[in-house]
Amino acid sequence: MEISITVNGEARTADVEPRMLLTHVIREEFELTGTHLGCDTTSCGACTVLMDGEPVKSCTMFGVQADGRQVTTVEGLADAGGLDPIQTAFQEEHGLQCGFCTPGMMLVGAALLERDPAPSEDDIRWAISGNICRCTGYMNIVKAIQAAAKARSGAAAAATA
Amino acid sequence: MSTQAPEAQEEIRGVGHSVRRKEDARFIRGKGNYIDDIRLPGMLHMAILRSPFAHAAINGVDTARAAAAPGVIAVVTGELMAQHDLAWMPTMSGDTQAVLATDKVRFQGQEVAAVVATDPYLAKDALELIDVDYDPLDVVISPQQAMAVDAPVIRDEKDGQSDNHIYHWESGDQEATDAAFASADRVVSLDTFYPRSHPAPLETCGCIADVDGATGQATIYMTSQAPHAIRTVFALVAGLPEENIRIVSPDIGGGFGNKVPVYPGYVVATAASLLLGHPVKWIEDRSENLISTGFARDFYMHGELALNADGRIAGLRTSLLADEGAFHADAQPSKLRVGLFHVVTGSYDFPAAHVVADGYYTNKAPGGVAYRCSFRVTEASYLIERLVQNAAYEIGMDPADFRKKNFIRKDQFPYRTPTGFEYDSGDYEAAMDLALAKIGYAELRKEQEAKRAEGSLWGIGLASFTEAVGAGPHHDYDILGLKMNDGAELRIHPTGKAILKISSKTQGQGHETTFAQIVAEELGIQPEDIKVQHGDTDNTPYGLGTYASRSTPTVGAATAMVSRRVAEKARKIAAHLLEVSEEDIEFTRPNFSVKGAPDKAVTIQDVAFAAYTNFPDGMEAGLEGSFYYDPPNLTFPFGTYAVAVEVDPETGVWHVRRMVAVDDCGVRINPMIVEGQIHGGLTEGYGIAAMELITFDEAGNCIGSNFVDYLLPTAVETPRFELGETVTPSPHHPIGAKGVGESATVGSPAAYVNAVIDALWPLGVRNIDMPLTSAKVWEAIEAAKAAS
Repeated sequence: MEISITVNGEARTADVEPRMLLTHVIREEFELTGTHLGCDTTSCGACTVLMDGEPVKSCTMFGVQADGRQVTTVEGLADAGGLDPIQTAFQEEHGLQCGFCTPGMMLVGAALLERDPAPSEDDIRWAISGNICRCTGYMNIVKAIQAAAKARSGAAAAATA
Repeated sequence: MSTQAPEAQEEIRGVGHSVRRKEDARFIRGKGNYIDDIRLPGMLHMAILRSPFAHAAINGVDTARAAAAPGVIAVVTGELMAQHDLAWMPTMSGDTQAVLATDKVRFQGQEVAAVVATDPYLAKDALELIDVDYDPLDVVISPQQAMAVDAPVIRDEKDGQSDNHIYHWESGDQEATDAAFASADRVVSLDTFYPRSHPAPLETCGCIADVDGATGQATIYMTSQAPHAIRTVFALVAGLPEENIRIVSPDIGGGFGNKVPVYPGYVVATAASLLLGHPVKWIEDRSENLISTGFARDFYMHGELALNADGRIAGLRTSLLADEGAFHADAQPSKLRVGLFHVVTGSYDFPAAHVVADGYYTNKAPGGVAYRCSFRVTEASYLIERLVQNAAYEIGMDPADFRKKNFIRKDQFPYRTPTGFEYDSGDYEAAMDLALAKIGYAELRKEQEAKRAEGSLWGIGLASFTEAVGAGPHHDYDILGLKMNDGAELRIHPTGKAILKISSKTQGQGHETTFAQIVAEELGIQPEDIKVQHGDTDNTPYGLGTYASRSTPTVGAATAMVSRRVAEKARKIAAHLLEVSEEDIEFTRPNFSVKGAPDKAVTIQDVAFAAYTNFPDGMEAGLEGSFYYDPPNLTFPFGTYAVAVEVDPETGVWHVRRMVAVDDCGVRINPMIVEGQIHGGLTEGYGIAAMELITFDEAGNCIGSNFVDYLLPTAVETPRFELGETVTPSPHHPIGAKGVGESATVGSPAAYVNAVIDALWPLGVRNIDMPLTSAKVWEAIEAAKAAS
């Protein structure tokens, strides 16, 4: 089947089998390997991407279901202006170790801050509860999302000043 | 030549600096290079057919339908592997393991056949078309069943194997221990089962084998924590010349011990690539990872503590039954059958101790790996810390006071344990005092009393662990004869930048940053100017890899030592440049200056340039060196963890109110990374205590074969950790570091469980085996109520 997906702002097409998982379409057809596959059962969130701005687990969607939609992967977080605040914050706060869960965690964090610029710690923990990290114990991931919230609000304040 | 006054120079970000990680630049951009991200031209995809039965004879494997399926290039069976003498392979514990089953299957999930196809979906499709004729056999799923006289013999193919017993192992002094128990005033005992769990790194295992038939060159990309050891094993197993084997371990998405062993999939993919002349990729799915690769623990433990009337401990007796699965494939030093379990005397001054262990085959997956643990230290630490707490209550002492009374005192180090370890350094009381102060122990006990009066179940648990890590000295520690010594190579470039090549392999621990900091500390070159290379056996020195918290104790030491070796030559060049004798040179990193004339100085960068442009006659050009480090001893990190919990008496649900972890891992190279390691270990320890479980039904079906059944802690239930530190350097390590990656997984399970048992003690509950699910806690509460 021929599908068209806007991936990180760029129109992409692919000819895929209907059973091909969205994760595989992104990784194999579009060669964006920052989206990882960790569990096959929608449990771990390593495969998280944003679809029309909302986090989805791409291992539990077929590529054909994304036809005509906007998909953002980790490769789309940074733009010409540089890194997204969430990326900077993950590095600054040591929010990653092996890096395998990191793309999903950052995308969920970025989506959370889009809808709630000042989440509480509990809000953050619930927001990332569908994403498993085996390395960090989540302490510094939470800190990173808090730091990104601060950086974004600082940038917004500077923009309106 | 003398460039800057020293005071204008930037501080060297060496040991003790929380340098931001160099490796993060690629990970935060999604540019990591994990095994499944690698694509080679002409690459084929392999999928493995696994046994649905735990124990069954194989009458035949019919591959005709699969071979004719779309996209299928080859179907590999045990019979085909046997034709190449590859149906069996050696394990790390000196046993053998089936690569693809020929005679029978011995656990559910065992590898039976493999399909190689042009596409991974097509390879999996064709698995369904392989017809295997099985005759199910009786199943053994515990060591207790395995030792029964009428138990089916699982390893009937082995010469001389007439039962399921694998080994008997002892440590310590039985006579002295018996005497201690004979004269003791009281004996306290505990039977506990440390259940089977799985490291479950978020990335599963996999490889791409690329064997060039024309040149004989075999390049194998592999999720391996120990690429050099794997290369040698491949040379021995496959008979390939070692110089033609290159193991490349790319970015690894977590290991925790799971990625130490050689798995059948690696061997089959390599054979398939050799036979087909194409690169062959094999990536496990999550179920394959959980049901077939290295599990952890599965130890039935009995412990007895002999006590004198004054509350002093007089002796320790332990006996163990180890469930090893169908093949004895523990990844551990050859001379030690139950790893370092004999560190079970822990932080206490035991006059006598004796350990007895027996290992058995069962119809379960093989590979007793140390899940974030140094060779069974976790089981040992759990047993002694649970036993000590119960003993304290039995004699009416506070468990903190009881521990303090029996700790090895600071002035007793180096301390020889009754099972033969020599602890390098420690101050157990200081770590405990800090933990008690941070959590407010005295106030918590008062609060607990008040809550108990109201009918609430509040508990406080402690664990004061001592680990044995950093294997190890060559006379005691080897794997398959390979001494557990590791190397580092350092080359300083003309512009004063450097490349450090190390034998260990990061799986998230931050080696690219911390090892650069060690060089920075020793030579005064900033860490960002030092590239750290690892994971590629063609480009790094030999070593046994990253597990058992051994990278800092061994490779970290090698890095410090090679830096010092390079500094010796640098000093000679500096003397040449400054036209003084070598003895007159002082090295205050990064400056070499003339003693008494600090303004007359050159930097390490000046020296590096001179090493290629202006070196003394008679000296070799260049500034580089290599060093293989043979540790004089293990290192012994320690600490005290304190946990406060509340248990709901109606549901058995418990939650952690406070978790304080005080760690002493000696000198901390990068405090930020150390704390990150501790957070992760405390979380995996919590997972083990609360939910992580691989279990089996009567037929040997694995329960826990995906992340819906094998539960891992999420951000919601994971406790919020409060950390503290004391620093007692290792006296024998070049920079005084001890290793920290596993302390928290080793020490914390007992602290969590002790807290829950503390809450339930007045009801009469004396033990609950992990994981402490709410159902088990509720049952224990109900059983205690019924009994009272």
